[in-house]
Amino acid sequence: MTRWLAAYAAAAYAFLHLPLLVLAAFSVNSAKSAVWERFSWKWYAEAFADRQLMEASANSLAIAIAAAVLSTVIGTLAAYGMWKRRSPVMAGSLYLSLVTPEIVWGVALLAFFQGLFRFLDVRLGLHTVIAAHVAFSIAYVVVVVLARLRTFDPALEEAAMDLGATEWQAFWRVTLPGIAPGVIAGALLAFTVSMDDYVITSLVAGVDSETLPMAIYAAARRGVSPALNAISTVIVFGLGVLIVVSERLQRS
Amino acid sequence: MKRLRSLFLAPAWLVIALGFWIPMGIVAAYSVLTRGMYGGVELPITAESLARFADPLYLGILAKSFVLAGIATVLCAVLGFPLALFVARASSRKNLWLSLVILPFWTSFLIRTYAWVFLLRDTGLFNTMLIATGAISEPMPLLYNDGAVITGLVYGYLPFFVLPVYATLERQDPLLRDAAADLGASPWATLLRVTLPLAAPGIRAGALLVFVPSLGAYITSDLLGGSKTVLIGNLVQNQFTAGRDWPFGAAAGMVLMSVVAVLLVLLLRRDPESLL
Amino acid sequence: MSVEQSFLNLRELTKHYPGHEAVRGISLQIQQGEFFSLLGPSGCGKTTTLRLIAGFEEPTSGQIWLNGTRLDGLKPYDRNVSTVFQSYALFPHLTVRGNVEFGLQRKPPAERERAATELLALLELAGKEARKPAQLSGGEKQRVALARSLVVQPDLLLLDEPLSALDPKLRKQVRSELKAIQRRVGITFLFITHDQEEALSLSDRMAVMNAGLLEQTGTPRDLYLHPSTRFVAEFLGAMNWLGDCGIRPEAVQVSRTPPNGGSRALRATIIESAFLGNLIHLQARLESGDRFTAEVRAAADGFRPGDTVFLSWPVENERRFQR
Repeated sequence: MTRWLAAYAAAAYAFLHLPLLVLAAFSVNSAKSAVWERFSWKWYAEAFADRQLMEASANSLAIAIAAAVLSTVIGTLAAYGMWKRRSPVMAGSLYLSLVTPEIVWGVALLAFFQGLFRFLDVRLGLHTVIAAHVAFSIAYVVVVVLARLRTFDPALEEAAMDLGATEWQAFWRVTLPGIAPGVIAGALLAFTVSMDDYVITSLVAGVDSETLPMAIYAAARRGVSPALNAISTVIVFGLGVLIVVSERLQRS
Repeated sequence: MKRLRSLFLAPAWLVIALGFWIPMGIVAAYSVLTRGMYGGVELPITAESLARFADPLYLGILAKSFVLAGIATVLCAVLGFPLALFVARASSRKNLWLSLVILPFWTSFLIRTYAWVFLLRDTGLFNTMLIATGAISEPMPLLYNDGAVITGLVYGYLPFFVLPVYATLERQDPLLRDAAADLGASPWATLLRVTLPLAAPGIRAGALLVFVPSLGAYITSDLLGGSKTVLIGNLVQNQFTAGRDWPFGAAAGMVLMSVVAVLLVLLLRRDPESLL
Repeated sequence: MSVEQSFLNLRELTKHYPGHEAVRGISLQIQQGEFFSLLGPSGCGKTTTLRLIAGFEEPTSGQIWLNGTRLDGLKPYDRNVSTVFQSYALFPHLTVRGNVEFGLQRKPPAERERAATELLALLELAGKEARKPAQLSGGEKQRVALARSLVVQPDLLLLDEPLSALDPKLRKQVRSELKAIQRRVGITFLFITHDQEEALSLSDRMAVMNAGLLEQTGTPRDLYLHPSTRFVAEFLGAMNWLGDCGIRPEAVQVSRTPPNGGSRALRATIIESAFLGNLIHLQARLESGDRFTAEVRAAADGFRPGDTVFLSWPVENERRFQR
């Protein structure tokens, strides 16, 4: 049975990884078609020379950094509160938000912002995208940080307060340093889900706030292009590195 | 102590209220309002939008979404359970095998879907290779059909199934397998009578985690199914953008949400520990 | 008893793991219907030996014979051996009855039910059939594990420290029940334990294992009274040492005046006296500076720290060992 399992697993791993590896291989193919010609970086050069693509990348990075910072702060505080005492309503809300189909959440946010604009003088733009990303990233941060907190000895905080620290000092100087790897891992995850989101983003983005996934989506709907393969490879590789780092931190 | 805790939870409550519950409430309200003249919504309250789901056209979309999501879930289970078992039983490098499942879980869903466009389209890798080997002379229609959508869903959500199943398998006492063998059960019998029933909570959680996003799929059906495959997700998106029929889009969204909510409640009743 | 006639026969059994030799060549014969204990400290290789017999591990070399069949090389499910695990390893998703019937899958349902009902009654589990393992007490779990293994009518039942998870009071009670059940069913029991009291009180014969080797095999009385190695002597009970000569504390007599002939005697000073109810533990320091322990009946109390006493014992109670 072990041999059966190994063969089956090999097939499953091939299915999971070959498509992206093939895509990466053809991003350094000099030909435009799916026939291998010779090695070339020219599509990377083309992708990096594409101003629209680079603007979208800059937008995505700005959004992801802002959303990651905000959701990490809010999510870490929430996880700490939930660790001190269970909050079934918060846990249930976050769980529901994790399984809510993105398209529904996206139109809900769009309707919410449209409603809000009747009272406030704002438009769809980077800020609405960031707000939406913070909303859907918090759950990821909470899950990761809470998992880390569950391995943290609550007696350490009591010991700190016993030695004269206030609650805040105990949190800031004892607990937070102890769970730092989990917090960083949560931030990296928030960054990646933000970098990757298309569905919600496309609904709440304004005309001046096209993101990288939006640019890729538009291009992918037009068809396949080697430059798209190149930029895709860069993103997958970059996010892959972040995920590996995040994984390591979660297990450390 | 208590005051600090409530302070710490306050920002998250604010975000969840403003960013999730209130928008969801608005959509719920829209679903029973009337379509506005220039988009948007108006009074009076009506069940008209919800009633439109009795139309065979929309019932068909609903049914198709369920069928495709169901097939994707079954395929994920068939492909994912042995994979989870392999990782849980790996004698060495378990972390590496697990990481190789988790990695695609997080790296761009969009790009991973796009990779299948690259592979399946008429001038894609599969057709190019098949023509080059002389197996076919004309490209096969691999893209823009239900098969392509199912492939994309399985590919996209397989890790969602593997991870919870792996977690339950990992927690199983290996001595239980020894005990089963000791009592005369072959490895296959042990798999069916011990390992599989004990993994049931993970399988249920994994099935939910695959079925729910598959049911609400939007990117996959749009990029791989083309205009031929319209699922509930695409319907919602269309009504809020090109269609400008917000009440109907909201109604479709609510239908989707109620399915999700029912499944979630059923799961949590059965396995309350699935909650974070 | 000859090697050929024996029921279970281990021949030069070894098991090597990378960087560790768990079992280093043991040969052992057990008769049909015997209650045999394998006693040893943790890490001595006794559990590995059990796992080799059950078939969960394959030996590096050597053979295992049971009732004329060679077992090594056979899968666990092809061996008519069953195991009661230390943690019981009950199937958590099955009821008590489901657990007990697990090994009877190939039997017709009616027979399955009859056999399970009989065992459940024997182990006083009637009325608890529908419970899940999580709803049972430790003692009940232990009995379910026993019923589950006995119902398949194995040639040999392996018990891996089955009492260690019970609290001490229950342990003594279950111990006597275990012996009675073994007599009733007549199945050969191989009992693995690190508790010398369990091994001494339960076994027809027993073996002491240390560092992957068997030190000595025999009846509990033999091993206690005539240990062949220093390790066996010390593992089976306390020992006072005078060079190569060992004296059990209960053989030591304590008196205020020098004893009459026939015994060896030493002068000593009492340094501690501990009251244990029926017995008194006396710690004394010899003139050589060595410590000596004596166990005397509580009725003979009256010794106080600082008292000078004479320690004596019959010469035939001395045990001599090679270093």
